[in-house]
Amino acid sequence: MSQADLTMEGHSTALTVGPAFSIPTKKLAMWLFIIADTMTFAACLVAYGFLRNGTANWPRPFHSITNVAIMTFILLTSSLTMMFGERSAREGDKAGSFRWVMITAALGIVFALLHIREWFGLIDEGMTLFKNPWGTGLFGASFFSITGLHLTHVTCGVVALIAVGVRYKGGRYNADDIEVLGLYWHFVDLVWMFVVPLVYLLNLAH
Amino acid sequence: MTTATGEARKSGGIGKDLLVYVCLLALAAVQFVIAYQKIDASQMLWRMLTVACVEAGLAELFFMHLWSEKRTFLLFVVAFTVSVLLGMQYGWTDSFRMLVGAAPYSR
Repeated sequence: MSQADLTMEGHSTALTVGPAFSIPTKKLAMWLFIIADTMTFAACLVAYGFLRNGTANWPRPFHSITNVAIMTFILLTSSLTMMFGERSAREGDKAGSFRWVMITAALGIVFALLHIREWFGLIDEGMTLFKNPWGTGLFGASFFSITGLHLTHVTCGVVALIAVGVRYKGGRYNADDIEVLGLYWHFVDLVWMFVVPLVYLLNLAH
Repeated sequence: MTTATGEARKSGGIGKDLLVYVCLLALAAVQFVIAYQKIDASQMLWRMLTVACVEAGLAELFFMHLWSEKRTFLLFVVAFTVSVLLGMQYGWTDSFRMLVGAAPYSR
């Protein structure tokens, strides 16, 4: 074997010796997606903050925190049920894991329904993307954009939970897939922790 | 994959998950309490953001298992995210310019 062959072989081994940071590829891919998605949400929230700070007559249309408090409780609880699902999957309890993942999906659906009900309430009060009865029209655009982006993530998450859960139960996916999906679901929960204070609580009508 | 990541996470039980969940609920409640305090908007914003960052940290470290990953990966995620988030803050001064009407598009 020539020196060149040895060098090539060494090079190839170095490239395929293991995934970066010793993290499985699927998991690393999900983390990279989460980091990229963090930037998307952060850009939306920073743009929202910019507009709110630079606009004198920013509306404060929210009179009650009940709905958003219930939504927050549901989403946080869904993270816990997802953790139970991941734990059951790691322990090899397929039925248990499937049950917890489906409970998580159900909580996600309840969250989405509450969110849509809230949207319809605001639309009934005269709020659209470009105008509202309380102040600058920019509020509607930013509110629907940010909460809509989050709702899209929740909806996609629910679909993924059902799809991955069913395939996991059927033996096509394994515990690692449940864990990777869990990362996404916890991320959706994490984003909500910033959306609530910035979009809802700072706009409470006192 | 299970071997690579599962071993490091054997230490925590359901009790830890529940504890983190209760902490997250409590911190969320703190945000709601802050919303009803009689303080100005900037103080309210900073307090709420601080609580939200603590919540996010807890969720990332324990629910997303970042604590049990390799330290280099943890540092990579934190450093990358924080640097980009800080980079997004360059435009705040311009929002004040818009507020006082000095920006042409704000008139």
